[in-house]
Amino acid sequence: MAEPPLLELRRLRKQFGGLVVTNDVSLSVPAGEIHAIIGPNGAGKTSLIHQVSGTLAPDAGQILFAGRDITRLPLHRRVRAGLARSFQITCIVPGFTALENVALAVQAREGSSFRFFRPVALEAPLNDAARAALEEVGMGARAAVPAGSLSHGEKRQLELAIALATRPRLLLLDEPLAGAGPEETERLIAILRRLRRDYTIVLVEHDMRAVFALADRISVLVYGRVIATGSPDAIRGNAEVRAAYLGEDEALPEGVAA
Amino acid sequence: MSLQLLLVQFLNGLQFGVLLFLVAAGLTLVFGVMDFINLAHGVQYMLGAYLGATFAAATGSFWLGLLLALPAALALGLVLEFLVFRHFYERDHLSQVLATFGVILFLNQAVKAIWGTAPLQVPIPALLSGGIEVMPGLQYPVFRLAIIAAGLATALLLWVLVERTRVGMLVRAGATNAPMVAALGVDIRRLFMVVFGFGAMLAGFAGVMAGPIFSVEPGMGDTVLILAFVVIVIGGIGSIRGAFVAALLVGLIDTVGKSLMPDLMRLFLDPSAARQAGAALASMLIYIAMAAILAIRPAGLFPVRAA
Amino acid sequence: MTAPGALLRREAVPLLVFLLLAAAPLLGFSHSHELTLMARAMILGIAAVSLSLLVGGAGLVSLGHAASMGFGCYAVVILDAANIVEAAIVVPVAIAAAALFSLVTGAVAIRTSGVHFIMITLAFGQMAYFTAASLAPYGGDDGYTLYARNTVFGRDWLQDRMAFHYVCLGLLVLAWLLCRVLLASRFGRVLRAARENPQRVLAVGFNPYPFRLVAYVIAGAVGGLAGVLLANATEFVAPAYISWQRSGELLFMVILGGVGSLHGAILGALAYVLLEEQLAALTEHWRMIFGPLLILCVLFLRGGLAGLLAPREAARHG
Repeated sequence: MAEPPLLELRRLRKQFGGLVVTNDVSLSVPAGEIHAIIGPNGAGKTSLIHQVSGTLAPDAGQILFAGRDITRLPLHRRVRAGLARSFQITCIVPGFTALENVALAVQAREGSSFRFFRPVALEAPLNDAARAALEEVGMGARAAVPAGSLSHGEKRQLELAIALATRPRLLLLDEPLAGAGPEETERLIAILRRLRRDYTIVLVEHDMRAVFALADRISVLVYGRVIATGSPDAIRGNAEVRAAYLGEDEALPEGVAA
Repeated sequence: MSLQLLLVQFLNGLQFGVLLFLVAAGLTLVFGVMDFINLAHGVQYMLGAYLGATFAAATGSFWLGLLLALPAALALGLVLEFLVFRHFYERDHLSQVLATFGVILFLNQAVKAIWGTAPLQVPIPALLSGGIEVMPGLQYPVFRLAIIAAGLATALLLWVLVERTRVGMLVRAGATNAPMVAALGVDIRRLFMVVFGFGAMLAGFAGVMAGPIFSVEPGMGDTVLILAFVVIVIGGIGSIRGAFVAALLVGLIDTVGKSLMPDLMRLFLDPSAARQAGAALASMLIYIAMAAILAIRPAGLFPVRAA
Repeated sequence: MTAPGALLRREAVPLLVFLLLAAAPLLGFSHSHELTLMARAMILGIAAVSLSLLVGGAGLVSLGHAASMGFGCYAVVILDAANIVEAAIVVPVAIAAAALFSLVTGAVAIRTSGVHFIMITLAFGQMAYFTAASLAPYGGDDGYTLYARNTVFGRDWLQDRMAFHYVCLGLLVLAWLLCRVLLASRFGRVLRAARENPQRVLAVGFNPYPFRLVAYVIAGAVGGLAGVLLANATEFVAPAYISWQRSGELLFMVILGGVGSLHGAILGALAYVLLEEQLAALTEHWRMIFGPLLILCVLFLRGGLAGLLAPREAARHG
């Protein structure tokens, strides 16, 4: 029997009052793929990722993770199951150092956190794993800096490190490039390119250049509905997609090398 | 228990609930619009009672006392807003709790310094003295009925103000999304002052009305304050409708519970033990009810915003 | 990793305070009035430290902490009425009772947050107050006078004011150490992170609820211990000990000392008791001075007393 896709959405539906933000969305992401979700503003990308990560309950449909139904699982239990997410708006603990931010995530998967007496700052296994995750995103040198005083791009990198430290099987990245300057963007794209070797990634991103450079497959969301799924080339040539993006300032790039 | 006694308890509960609503309405509005937690709201009720008692004694008329006490309560509320509260709108809830706690300490003591610690007596106005036969063989004090009527009328007035006027619309919008209202170019400071003064006056009104039936004494606002908190937590913070329903609920549970519990306990215990256990249980009843309601609906019965 | 010297420097303020409290009776502050005052400050300090664990550590602003002290007080009273005065029994019972109360009320209260939490803890505290006032066999509103202080393994050591002083000091140091160690542990890290950013904590796979509840229960238990001491210090217990004003005062001690540090709560308790003593000597209506003073403190003394003593470290907890 073939292995089930790592993430599968079955006819997911969500509406707020009369507004249908997720309309019968079905998707399947096999292990090892980078799957990008794009769409014009207001297409329901953020609502969709909230439902997958567990901060928003769908009205109908199913979310399967490695074949297991996780539709009713709360956010923190999904993380434990191996589904990590990063946030569109930076979400870190500003008073902690970068290392502590990541060590908190390591702690979540390494043994019980109902340990009351040993100083956690001295737990070498936690710190080593946290440092490794920081190295992975090129933040090793910034470990001792309070997270609140990192630059915007560094915060985004830190957030990736936190997500990696939960040892996810799937990374759910919600606009990881949002607000990053051109240089920071280059650096983050390089990091993501490295991560694709080890992780399955679902990527929601506005930066089309990045999407077409990174993604194996792309799904296009318009008014809560998936209008097309396919390789970057197929999506680029899809007439319906072009029509949906007509008049948007973030037009599809012409020949971007994958 | 006889039907008559039950009816009396029911009316007493209603009357208490109505007073609680007058206090809770201001509290929930102030919190809803300004995100400001005001522990000193209870002392505004106390001040109303003292002002009413003093003016009534000076003029010899409860009605003149009421007429003078209302603007005085409003003025005091605005003075407090100007001197203390407005400096804390931007601060966290912890700071607001402590600052308004400081106001309570000051005013409770000030009341003792001015009026002494002995309770003041306020005679029931002649117009509303005596009883009325609410059912054959059962007299009920007219004044208490008047409180119920006045409370219900105020609730109606409030509903019209909040649902039907421009200021009311701003208040409702402010309770759901204060930054948006500010972005619309409304002078939030003025709106805050209006709401605050109005809330202070409502609490003062409740105090004046309570004067003839409860004793007017220092600290009388504290008990009411905490019950008003229970009311707005149960009702859903920021919701007038919730405050109304919850106030009546709390008034009834508290009053009826206090008279019913000892009798209920007598089914299981001997009389003296039943009296004690009943009294202890009755005083816990509304808090147990609150816990039960919150266990099911953490944001209260009529949530305005997500908790 | 930390050198003893660095530790000493970082903890200079609390260590100095403990040292001064230890030395005070030997330096001539040994009149019964002075010892009573210091005992009161240290006992309130224990309660305030445990409250600081909640407020500063977990971000849970409880306005009902005096109730946990009340459980300690009334455990002493109820056992006293049953002729049980042995501390080896009284203390565990008191701590267990306070912890149980915190567990039950906390289980409801911690489901909410922010203002809801403040109001609900206030309401539960008031419930404890009214319950105590309705306990007619134990004096009801009027309170209950203890026959004597608790005995320790059959001996009446606590009767001796000096001995009592050092018992209070010892337990204060223990309470402070306990809260400090807790905040520095794995448990404490989750707690502190959840205070700053609950969303983040969820997103790395933790549910903050059980962590907060355990902190709430521990704080309640320590509050219960403080209650036992308070009852023994005054040899009298009344519902007024657990009224919501007491909870407000405890909260003020935490703020006055500085939310950012545990020892701030101890400084706050000391300052509070001294201030109260000085003002009360001035006028019967001292609260008319104290109230505005409190407001000014909250308005202007943002880092608290601990912040004044260590301006640069005030922002961080620990």
